[in-house]
Amino acid sequence: MDIIVCVKQIPDPEIPPSKFKLDIESKKVVPPEGIPPVMNPYDEQAVELALRLKDKYGGKITVLTLGNEATSSITKHALAMGADEGIVITDKAFEGSDSFSKAYILSQAIKKVGDYDLVLCGRQAADWDEGLVGSIIAENLGLPLVTLAEAVDVANGKLKVKRVILDGYQVFTVPTPAVITVSNEVGRPRLPSGWGIISASQKQIPVWGADDIEADSSQTGASAARRKLVKLFIPERERKCEIIERGTTAEASIELVDRLIKAGAI
Amino acid sequence: MADYKGVLICGELAEDKITTITKELTNTGRRLSDDLNQPLSLLLIGQNIQETAAEAISFGADRVYIAAGLPFAESLPEHYVAIIASVFYQTKPSIVLLSHTDMGRDIAPRLAASLGITVCMDCIELEIDADSNSLLQTKPVYGGNAMAVWASVNYRPQVVTMRPRSAAPAQSDPSRKGQIVPVTVEKDESIIKGKLLETVKEEAKGIKLEEAKVIVAGGGGISGSEGFQLIQELAQVLGGTIGITRVPCDEGWMPTSLEIGQTGHIVSPDLYFAIGISGAPQHLAGCSGSKCIVAINKDPEAHIFKEADFGIVGDYREVLPILIEKCKALRAT
Repeated sequence: MDIIVCVKQIPDPEIPPSKFKLDIESKKVVPPEGIPPVMNPYDEQAVELALRLKDKYGGKITVLTLGNEATSSITKHALAMGADEGIVITDKAFEGSDSFSKAYILSQAIKKVGDYDLVLCGRQAADWDEGLVGSIIAENLGLPLVTLAEAVDVANGKLKVKRVILDGYQVFTVPTPAVITVSNEVGRPRLPSGWGIISASQKQIPVWGADDIEADSSQTGASAARRKLVKLFIPERERKCEIIERGTTAEASIELVDRLIKAGAI
Repeated sequence: MADYKGVLICGELAEDKITTITKELTNTGRRLSDDLNQPLSLLLIGQNIQETAAEAISFGADRVYIAAGLPFAESLPEHYVAIIASVFYQTKPSIVLLSHTDMGRDIAPRLAASLGITVCMDCIELEIDADSNSLLQTKPVYGGNAMAVWASVNYRPQVVTMRPRSAAPAQSDPSRKGQIVPVTVEKDESIIKGKLLETVKEEAKGIKLEEAKVIVAGGGGISGSEGFQLIQELAQVLGGTIGITRVPCDEGWMPTSLEIGQTGHIVSPDLYFAIGISGAPQHLAGCSGSKCIVAINKDPEAHIFKEADFGIVGDYREVLPILIEKCKALRAT
């Protein structure tokens, strides 16, 4: 089974909130010092799911990254995990693109890759937390879509997809090619092996621009955006924590219960 | 785009009744409609829902569109998109509202893409800008570290999903008047690409997280499934239920269905215990509506202490047995 996985580079979402800074004027996040950007964790889980399918059914995994040349570090990471090919898509004309333009660019790149049975995307990117691109790609390419998948298998030549819902799950079957967005219930992605890292370092990562994927310039960039960012801010905290420090932990625990009773909480 | 007017809510039903989350959306939708001085429409998809539609009017809808269909969990999303799109073309609303639920997460992006309009997911506040009449959409980004305010360009219509519990549910006012409009949407089988084999609901034993008054939640600091016995015990003594963060979920210590946070349950109990939880914004997104948050963590620098009302810096293995014992004694008196 040939799989395309779309991955995105984002600022490390695990940084402590105290390190998170904004430039209010430019409405941008200030990259935290000394903490390198990472592959969006949900996309990493999409790579993991692709690798599980490859382990079982064979085939080729191609990783697409929309970004700049620097994003090739996450492409390398996907290759080190076991993906076969990586492609970086970048162009000045793409700057300021919204989710619809990004999905358009990726759809064009997917068309250029050509042969595939499945396109995987993470359920959302942990920076803007939207969860749009995968679904729009499916619409653009006219492909079947299942969102929030926890597991994918093959049955009777079709994809059998387990979709997570709040109180359980659903099982869908879709013909190939299809687009599937991957949920975090997939679990921890594998770590790259030593051999994986060596072989990834030897692989060339082609860079595609707007012309390579025949992207229509009226569909990309800030001028094509369907919405604008009015403001970006850090919310104020509403709570003031009272740390109970009375003697030993045991004494503090007893005090806590008393305080909760007084506060009417229990 | 001046010909797009009004608000259309895509409602959700549970056993043919309007869900609380849809009532929250109706409350927000009513406010936006009043600010715009434009009508509020509500679309309900179900079977024999005439009575429910009449009730929906009392919650604030000027017009209730009813279409025949199965509940979302038993339906193909393509059918839902087709029904909503058809009502969209009939009513030409400037705002389409869905809740950020299983249905909204799946449907909203498909709908916006097929209608060629924009979409904003997981908003916690919606407001009409008095000068431009455009909809300001506030949503948590970067896992909740920041808030973004979005507006659609050139007043184009937009689809918006709203996070559950971010507004109070609408109250019923039986004196309200409105119209019920049945819609028929021809089932176009050519749009159907997949098949739904089954929907399995793993009903949580005991109290539902969304309805719990007390939740005792454990995170990565519990370091293994055994520690959750203490969590369970405290929850039981307090008449509550248990929840988890991403780490116990990813590590497989506890079932993923207990996860609280951005990608799990959104809860608002009276009392929330965060035990061995660092306080990542992605988790707080699911519990910040709690009335009282108690944090227990070994690390005095843990972010959770900035988001709690009471805190103890200490090992949960020492704290919990005492809490359990004291609360048991309270129960007995």
